[in-house]
Amino acid sequence: MTHEKSTSGGDPIVRMDKVNKHFGSLHVLKDIDLEVSPGEVVVIIGASGSGKSTLIRCINGLEEFQQGYLEVDGSQLVPHGKASAALQKIRTEVGMVFQQFNLFPHLSVLDNVTLAPMKVRGWSQEDATETAERLLERVGISDQAAKHPGQLSGGQQQRVALARALAMEPRLMLFDEPTSALDPEMIGEVLDAMRELAREGMTMLIVTHEMGFAREVADRVIFIHKGEITEEGPPEEVFDSPQNERTQSFLSRVLKH
Amino acid sequence: MDVTFQFDWQAAFASIPFLLKGIPYTLLISFGGLAIGFLIGILFGLLRISRLAWLKIPAVAYIEIFRGTPVLVQVLFIFYGLPQLLGGPINALVAGIAAIAVNSGAYISEIVRGGVQSIERGQREAGLSLGLSRRQTFRYIIWPQAFRRMIPSLGNQGIISIKDTSLFSVIGVGELVRQGQVYIATTFNALEVYLMVALLYLAITLTLSFMLRQLERRGLVGQ
Repeated sequence: MTHEKSTSGGDPIVRMDKVNKHFGSLHVLKDIDLEVSPGEVVVIIGASGSGKSTLIRCINGLEEFQQGYLEVDGSQLVPHGKASAALQKIRTEVGMVFQQFNLFPHLSVLDNVTLAPMKVRGWSQEDATETAERLLERVGISDQAAKHPGQLSGGQQQRVALARALAMEPRLMLFDEPTSALDPEMIGEVLDAMRELAREGMTMLIVTHEMGFAREVADRVIFIHKGEITEEGPPEEVFDSPQNERTQSFLSRVLKH
Repeated sequence: MDVTFQFDWQAAFASIPFLLKGIPYTLLISFGGLAIGFLIGILFGLLRISRLAWLKIPAVAYIEIFRGTPVLVQVLFIFYGLPQLLGGPINALVAGIAAIAVNSGAYISEIVRGGVQSIERGQREAGLSLGLSRRQTFRYIIWPQAFRRMIPSLGNQGIISIKDTSLFSVIGVGELVRQGQVYIATTFNALEVYLMVALLYLAITLTLSFMLRQLERRGLVGQ
């Protein structure tokens, strides 16, 4: 497959305008402005507790925000958002991969992947199974479909989680530190699957500590410090000549080892 | 005077057919009450978790009241007290089932609450992020896992409730203890008969324990 990006074309899938979030007295997100275009791969970096996970969790409504404008794939999420039709639609169109995989331990690998397409999209068992088998094949675990998640390695579980999210045919994929809970030898297999997804043109918003991966797949890197976007640009710029001193000191700490 | 006592095995075995007539009542009150108690427990256990005060407070009140008062008082209240309010007598069997229902319901509410709250937050988030509604997330993801974790506690409650029915001899329902008392009134073999009564309870509770262990073993596959 060729590396095709449509960064220029189409309305942005994500539009955040002065989004603010507070946890009690803590100002977690400060005036976040962010646009993600179809096909774009955006990597968010920053120290622990900087708000990067919170930011992507706002996009599918797992966290609410207090002020600002947030639009995802044409649907608007309102501040203090409770359950709404717009939120439901966004969650149907936006897939998410979590740090802790969050597979459903009581269901087989196959049922993990077919559940949402059947219950949310109303697909038949046959259609859902066919799609699931294709996706499991693609992430290299087709031979494990009948097993339960607890019988798989961490890397395999995370690839199932990726297949589960992709089964909904999302327009945007969110990744919340997808490799942080993995043993080092399993990180590669998950990053490979993500790399391939990026190559196929999926719009991706990735929170990660894997700087090498970020440099390689990102169209744009965003650095967050204490809830604020302090630097943003193509990976070469952000990694090789960061302008902001916070970015400089963060990168010097993480790139050293 | 001769004070040596001989355990009369013959008398013990002779009482069994009469005692067995109490078992259907014991089982009916226990499992009838527990079945209703389970439904009450699901309802109030979930209300208890609600963030809405007007749903949560009644559930807390129910649980505290029926967990904090003796089941004997509850059955006396239902059998002797309620008729004064309702203007008509209540069948002893119905009163017994109702007492087990409201009593076990309070405990099962807490078991349900604990089970549901023990499921990691990530499970709910994963369900919602896939576009499942909150109801679907509960039904297909949270509840099946919570229920498995609840099985040991539910079994425990079942055994407690079965034994609680022994108190209901006071309202004259012909369950196991009542049968024993009636039998002893004519034969005076208290030692033998109560031993048999105890063994029959043990037979019921051990059977239940065994069945639950089987269920647990099967339920835990893939966890």
